[in-house]
Amino acid sequence: MATISTEMSGPNTRECKTTGLPVCLDAQFFIRANAVMAVVFLLLGGIAAVSIALTRWPAVHLLDAEWFYRLLTFHGINMLIFWILFMEIGILYFACTSLLKTPLFSRSVAWGSFGLMVLGSVMTDYIILSGEADVMMTSYLPLLAHPLFYLGIILFAVGALIGVFNFFATVFVAWKGKRYGETMPLVAFGALTAAIIAVVALLHGAIALVPTFTFAMGWTAEPDAMWYRLIWWGLGHQSQQVNVAAMVSVWYLLSYWTCGAKVINETVSRGAFVLYILFINIASAHHLLVDPGVGASWKIWNTSYAMYLAVLASLIHGFTIPAGMEVGMRIKGYTKGLFNWLWNAPWRNPGFSAFFLSLVIFGFIGGITGVTLGTQQINITAHNTLRIPGHFHATVVGGTSLAFMGLTYYVVPLLFQREYSFRWLARIQPYVFAGGIVMMSLGMSFAGSDGVARRTWDIDAAGVYGATSHLMLAVLGIGGVLAFTGLMIYVLLTVYAVFLGKSNEGSAMEDWGTPRDIVHVGDVDPEKIGKDGNAPGTMVLVMVLLLSFVVYYFANWKALADLWFVR
Amino acid sequence: MNTEEQDILKKHPVQKIMDNPWLLLALGLLIPLISYTAWGWIELNFIEAAQLP
Repeated sequence: MATISTEMSGPNTRECKTTGLPVCLDAQFFIRANAVMAVVFLLLGGIAAVSIALTRWPAVHLLDAEWFYRLLTFHGINMLIFWILFMEIGILYFACTSLLKTPLFSRSVAWGSFGLMVLGSVMTDYIILSGEADVMMTSYLPLLAHPLFYLGIILFAVGALIGVFNFFATVFVAWKGKRYGETMPLVAFGALTAAIIAVVALLHGAIALVPTFTFAMGWTAEPDAMWYRLIWWGLGHQSQQVNVAAMVSVWYLLSYWTCGAKVINETVSRGAFVLYILFINIASAHHLLVDPGVGASWKIWNTSYAMYLAVLASLIHGFTIPAGMEVGMRIKGYTKGLFNWLWNAPWRNPGFSAFFLSLVIFGFIGGITGVTLGTQQINITAHNTLRIPGHFHATVVGGTSLAFMGLTYYVVPLLFQREYSFRWLARIQPYVFAGGIVMMSLGMSFAGSDGVARRTWDIDAAGVYGATSHLMLAVLGIGGVLAFTGLMIYVLLTVYAVFLGKSNEGSAMEDWGTPRDIVHVGDVDPEKIGKDGNAPGTMVLVMVLLLSFVVYYFANWKALADLWFVR
Repeated sequence: MNTEEQDILKKHPVQKIMDNPWLLLALGLLIPLISYTAWGWIELNFIEAAQLP
């Protein structure tokens, strides 16, 4: 029986010339493979996305009804499941090997995971495009797709679960061998959080989809439609919480790599990840806030009292990450005023701009709208309107996808050992993509506030929507085109770099631009800044966020009161 | 008792939880499965049949 190597040395390992981290070559191969597949599915999902955006823009109305719903199904599955989970498995492999200084547990298991994920995703996409599964991503019963649609997703989910098992097995080897001491490094702890949430999500996926698959085959009775919704959202929403945990880990990593951020208090940041582990999954309940089957106690507990503990965790990260960056910049000497550290941040470094824009879009648009829409009473004014995609495009696309794009600008030079060409284009890409997503998200949110429904091919047949709705849908369409342009720049630059980029083997990667130290002796006391966690600029920024939240939250209660007059 | 063992004994209970990935995995599975899944499933099972007119 083959023994498992627990040493991070030898011919199967190299040292990264830029970060100094050990790189397991098995893990490197599978990180590359998963990242390539992720970008392929991002491109496919992006083509569907721009087609859908141009259909929701009434003046263009690109697709016919059949292809609109087909591509809406295709877009949701490719973006929310395939692009994100391929990328996340790559992140897990990086975290458990390089950060825990342990070789990947098993190459065979990694092959099994990758093979099933590819098979499942190709099968699902083929069935959708052949017109056998126009059921949208949620595939709510009694809508019924071809059995291979469910089988494809099940195979993909099992593959991802096997990848998560490989992560946990590597963590076990590292933990048992005390490879990282007593306390796991923070970014690896964030990856562990994502992996735990992924187990919950993927188990729910299996519970919901296996009986639906056997029903589609004619082997068993039809599962109850309300039961299906309950269990399916255990997959649908929780898989997005995997994104949140992975994205926050990427924020910590990129803030450190791009501007030397410090972690101002490891225990607080770690505690916030624990709050995610314990409480973020139950927020899935807000998808069922207008369902009649589950009672008010279940809804209010799961979407308010307990979910707010997970919101608290996001607020903690929303403070500690920019505060850590501010402390890091102040130690470098950027100490003038409240925001000198921010103006002098490396805005031309795409890793930094993607990270910071992702943080701002996620917090200011995604976070504020999410907490508000997840409130039971307010939800009734917004459920199934375009406000909902307006929210989650700010979290999943403006937040997670943009952060993952920023990470790619480091992954390709560090793990593919290839440099990006056309670097000026890479420097503007995060701004183009972020600008498009913000326009799209706001267009959706305002149209949704006007009552425009989500997942609807045509609004004009209703004859009740005026000029404001049409204007906002035009903003959505233009934003979609802009975001797609940003996506294409990212995909083309990355594909070019991977296949034709200049090799940097044996040397450090080319610097995207990091702030230089301008500290002079006597100007600042780095020890004092580091110890006190002194971040007054960040305090101002988070107060602006809280004020924005208060205004938005109470404006929504006011709107509800106007709509639902109680004497 | 060596220094390392003394440090572990002195560790705050919350830190001990945060340093145990397997306990976190168990809690992370248990809480949503009880609070969201099992509770919701039970509620759906106790819906009474509608009274038809």
